[in-house]
Amino acid sequence: MTETGAGDAIVVGDIRKSYGDLHAVDGVSFAVGHGEFFGILGPNGAGKTTTLEIIEGLREPDSGSVRLLGHNPFPRDTALLPRIGVQLQASAFFDKLTAREQLETFAALYGVGAERARETLELVGLADKADTREDKLSGGQRQRLSIACALVHDPDIVFLDEPTAALDPQARRNLWDVLRAIRARGKTIVYTTHYLDEAEILCDRVAIMDQGRILAMDTPAALVRGLDAPTRIILERGSLPAEAAAALPGADEVTEDEQSLTISSRTPAPLLAALAERGTLDGLQVRTATLEDVFLQLTGREYRA
Amino acid sequence: MKGAFKSLSAAMVKGFLRDKATLFFSFVFPLMFLVIFGLLFRDAGAEKIKIGAVGDGPVIAALEQTGAVEVQRFGSVDEGVAKVRDGDLPGLVEATGDKVLLRFAASDQAQAGTVRGLVAGVTQQLNVTASGQPPKYEFDAEQVEDASLKPIQFLTPGILSWGIAITAVFGASLTLVNWRRKQVLRRLRLAPVSPTTILTSRILVTIGVALTQALIFVGVALLPVFGLTLSGTWWLAIPVFLCGVLAFFTIGMLVGALCKTEEAATGAANIVVLPMSFLSGTFFPIDLAPPWLQAASKALPLRHMNDGITDFLVRGKGPEALLVPCGVLIAFTLVVGFVAAKVFTWEDN
Repeated sequence: MTETGAGDAIVVGDIRKSYGDLHAVDGVSFAVGHGEFFGILGPNGAGKTTTLEIIEGLREPDSGSVRLLGHNPFPRDTALLPRIGVQLQASAFFDKLTAREQLETFAALYGVGAERARETLELVGLADKADTREDKLSGGQRQRLSIACALVHDPDIVFLDEPTAALDPQARRNLWDVLRAIRARGKTIVYTTHYLDEAEILCDRVAIMDQGRILAMDTPAALVRGLDAPTRIILERGSLPAEAAAALPGADEVTEDEQSLTISSRTPAPLLAALAERGTLDGLQVRTATLEDVFLQLTGREYRA
Repeated sequence: MKGAFKSLSAAMVKGFLRDKATLFFSFVFPLMFLVIFGLLFRDAGAEKIKIGAVGDGPVIAALEQTGAVEVQRFGSVDEGVAKVRDGDLPGLVEATGDKVLLRFAASDQAQAGTVRGLVAGVTQQLNVTASGQPPKYEFDAEQVEDASLKPIQFLTPGILSWGIAITAVFGASLTLVNWRRKQVLRRLRLAPVSPTTILTSRILVTIGVALTQALIFVGVALLPVFGLTLSGTWWLAIPVFLCGVLAFFTIGMLVGALCKTEEAATGAANIVVLPMSFLSGTFFPIDLAPPWLQAASKALPLRHMNDGITDFLVRGKGPEALLVPCGVLIAFTLVVGFVAAKVFTWEDN
């Protein structure tokens, strides 16, 4: 699935785009297979949105090539457009229309009937808000409506630009279910986010971007594994003296702060067994490395969304 | 493509009808001006001269019958003279037996002359009748239709053109700015819909709104309180009206293409339309303005829309009078439309 080939939905070859001295996209290449959930991650200003806009055909790259379902997306190709669905960062809605009317309007632009608009509203869980005006919806509901507008014509590829930005945790989780449902329909999804934890949960494969370049690209699990980072076992402070912890089997390093005692280990199994034997499992947490650690290692700086 | 056209038009119409502020400024606001100016100027130039009267007799009765004066009766001469002295009345007629005495205020020469002439005329007429002889010189009066119009006749085309101009300019510019800022334009660009479809649906909605405005507006002006009378060639005003709507629509597109925010577009639209409305005879006939201003106003589309609609709606001119207003408005549409297309951008960056 990760191989570059004719069967890929998207093939991006060394695209570059500069605005004056700023290299917004500085030599990006990747391929996305059919049915894949591909995430482009990175902090704000990393070049994620510009990359997406070039692939969608909204911008012409200074150099490099893009093949979208085998076609060049730039200049605008009205035969290609019905096969892609795009959710934009700003919610692009018509003024004063209800959720249903927004969807029906977009559906009509693609020659799709009102029945399909109703189905899409159900898919994103907004059936009960069909007659609510767009400006009366909550942030999460607006975001779901915006995604519905990208899906209403049943495209093969869906582009989502920061769909979960500025949502509260509950709304984010609701949206994850929607994204999973889209994926279950066999769509190819390309989405950008600055939430690394979210990408780790949702994506088949991620590209980590910073300053216009892709720093690493693989499955989230492979990226984390590649770090070869130790597992951290965290205990309540005082449940075990630091010296005793350091003497446990498998303990490589012990650190203490006001609340907790952290033991780093590359062989956590015997260490956990020893802790269980001592009966000090209360409040115990096991933390493995995350994509944030990958980002830290790649850039040498702490991840800040 | 037909579905896209219909749904885009429907979306715009719904957005328009659900925006109370826009509805107010499109329909109620111009009507307010018509009502205020229409009622204010309704009796202008038709005010009757008042004249005081003491006593009774055929002269005073005949004065009342002329319909040219309003007779106000007084119990005593002193009372009436006091009114004349205060300047409340131009004159006082005292009729005792066969004697008719007019006392008049000399401050307003024109009015004094009118009053003297009127009373003398009525008295002499009665003298001729009383003598039983046929009059030697025959006198007849015939009305000539003059070019100056009753206020409602120039107010209706003026305020109507202005109302349509603001709605078209604001509607087009704000839609464009709002759609660009909210990325609706970008979203439309990502859909298989042609720019022509988007543009023509917006033009159709603008024309539909303008027609509705015109129907309501002319309907109100035709009410007896305002008393608009349409000429026989009123329907020739329709092509002028449509050319005008298109001209102001393209001005709106230019404003929308140049402005990044709704606030800027509102300001710019006001700067374009407001001075134009004063220079184009919206609220008063432009003939009253100094000649250089009249010449300058010939460069404004609103002046030509206003003149063109006045020519047919109330002056009853023939089809040859279509040439100038329609020609100027179409030329305006083409030039402004060309510039707007040049400066238009789908996105602001």
